[in-house]
Amino acid sequence: MVATLEIRNLHASVDADDDLILNGVNLTIRQGEVHALMGPNGSGKSTLANVLMGNPAYVVREGQILLDGEDLLEMDADERSRAGLFLAFQYPVAIPGVTLGNFLRHAINARLKAEDPESKGIPIPQFARMMRQKMSALEIDQSFAGRYLNEGFSGGEKKRAEILQMAVLEPRIAVLDETDSGLDIDALRIVADGVNSLTGPDMGALVITHYQRILNHIKPDFVHVLYDGRIVESGGPALALELEEKGYEWVREKHHLLQAAEA
Amino acid sequence: MAVVRRRSTLPQAPVYAKADVEALSDEHDEPAWMRERRVKAWELYENTPMPYMEEEWRRTDYRHIRWDQASTMVAANGAGAEQVPAKHLEPLTGDEQGGLLVLVDGKVVRRELADELRNQGIVFADLRTALSEHEELLREHFMTAAVKASEGKFAALHAALWDHGAFIFVPRNRQATLPLHVVCYNSRSGAAMGHVLVVLEENAGATVQVEYASSRGDEHASYIGATELIVGDAGNLRFVSLQDWNRETFEFSHQRGLVGRDAQLDWVNGVMGSRLTKAFIEVDAVGTGANARVSGFFFADHGQFFDLDTQQNHNAPLTNTDLLFKGAARDNARTLWQGMIKSLPKMQKIDGYQVCRNLMLSDEARMDSIPGLEIEADDVACSHAATFGTLEEEPIYYLMSRGITRPQAQLMIIEGFFDELLQRIPFDRVRRRLMDEIEAKIIG
Repeated sequence: MVATLEIRNLHASVDADDDLILNGVNLTIRQGEVHALMGPNGSGKSTLANVLMGNPAYVVREGQILLDGEDLLEMDADERSRAGLFLAFQYPVAIPGVTLGNFLRHAINARLKAEDPESKGIPIPQFARMMRQKMSALEIDQSFAGRYLNEGFSGGEKKRAEILQMAVLEPRIAVLDETDSGLDIDALRIVADGVNSLTGPDMGALVITHYQRILNHIKPDFVHVLYDGRIVESGGPALALELEEKGYEWVREKHHLLQAAEA
Repeated sequence: MAVVRRRSTLPQAPVYAKADVEALSDEHDEPAWMRERRVKAWELYENTPMPYMEEEWRRTDYRHIRWDQASTMVAANGAGAEQVPAKHLEPLTGDEQGGLLVLVDGKVVRRELADELRNQGIVFADLRTALSEHEELLREHFMTAAVKASEGKFAALHAALWDHGAFIFVPRNRQATLPLHVVCYNSRSGAAMGHVLVVLEENAGATVQVEYASSRGDEHASYIGATELIVGDAGNLRFVSLQDWNRETFEFSHQRGLVGRDAQLDWVNGVMGSRLTKAFIEVDAVGTGANARVSGFFFADHGQFFDLDTQQNHNAPLTNTDLLFKGAARDNARTLWQGMIKSLPKMQKIDGYQVCRNLMLSDEARMDSIPGLEIEADDVACSHAATFGTLEEEPIYYLMSRGITRPQAQLMIIEGFFDELLQRIPFDRVRRRLMDEIEAKIIG
């Protein structure tokens, strides 16, 4: 079955009585598709990513998020992850004392335990072999498995570690929140290659970005523009190029004209 | 409505008399010098008021102790080593240990020492045996240099009424290569006055583990104890102390290491049990080039109060002390750490490090840390710090976003917090024990 993530009329804010950050987002992502979500700063891109994953810092005021028809809003972040959703964080948090390797082993075991409470977890040699293989594919030094999660990682190392986690957890739908920002060209290529090797029939992706640059490496099937907490423009890959050329001012003007016309 | 106030008739201090001291000494037919020391300590005890508003005591509230219960000396009633939970008997690492001494209710129930250690002249005995077989060593070292009766009310009481303990002695140039393991277990409530004395002569080495624990009890109990670690010049002592008293026990203890010239003391101190622990944990770097590392673990829950006073005394130049305490508190527990680095005047090129990191796991818990420095030299590197943190939502969310459940995520972050400390502990089984303790306190 092809996994489908449906976002319907999603409204969200930080507190229940705050101004809305997401203002009625509608979007459907299927396994195998790559969607790019672009938008200026403050348009709600990161909020969308975090609301999808279940960040308790946000309140969903209206709307639905369904994964294969199952209501994600009824699930905590861990259940959403085990259901097949993944978020590559824009700013992954450092966790002192917890090594990347230990963390990922726990993440895999949490999945195995959810399926079978009697599970003893992944055998360590098998886990080590898998890590070695996935790390070398992402050109991550093997020593990273023994380092504390994101602690003292450079910007590029953090992003690569996020992609490594994605590769290990094999989600069905992945959301990448500005995974490209701040990467030099080599790191960008490694990250994009990593994403490309995972997308395909088994994984759908929502690639959130401010810039068109990463889309030279990750070819989207669809491009959407988020503005003021809603998707105001959707199209094919050409839309990204148009945005690059005309800038977000173009969206802003067009959107305000629309709003004025509606009023 | 009239309020009837009844004056409390419960004792406000331990209930003993000079006759108890004399009777104890007579019962064991002690040498005259020990009896004299006891009587002198008793007089000191009687002339010292109960500590109250002194700086190191003014945050310690111990008025609720039922001294009528907690002053009855624990008497052995035939309980044996089988009473002791297995975890307290496990070797520090691997399967082997050089010696095992188990005291239950103050009485020796097991005493083993590997021949290869005995043949080197290493002494590993309970204090009573040591007092008859190695009297001169005790006369020289027992409460004469490290912990003295004059340190305070409870030190004086201990010196007057100590009733059991362990003595470890490693002669010059000898190494106790396998760990020596002491277990002090109480199967009954009451007062325990245990004493551990470790003496390493010049260039001697040893690894020693002491476990304190007691079975569940309904009545108040007290542990008024002392630990003396004397590391001779160029000696090397690794000392692990794990305290897991039942929740009705009130501990008042003095623990001090004396570290000689170019000697090394690596001291791990785990505080897990008891209702109240008031411990004075001190290292004196007494010889040039002495090194001491002290690693403290504490985790308080359900009304526990851990009150830890640490002091690092640089009494010689070129000395190093490195103290790291890490602790957590949950429920309505309270912890207090007061640290001090001191130097004698003109002790140049000393390096003292003193840090206490706290993790508060509930709004009702209270943790205080008060670092201090009193340095009378100018060419020194001394630093101190105290940090406080709570369990934040952001890292929990991050771990959960990978499928890890909330309780597991919390546990991982808390274990991560302690990792810096666990990494300093060179014994896998001790690390495991402390991690089990964390798990039990979080989940259990």
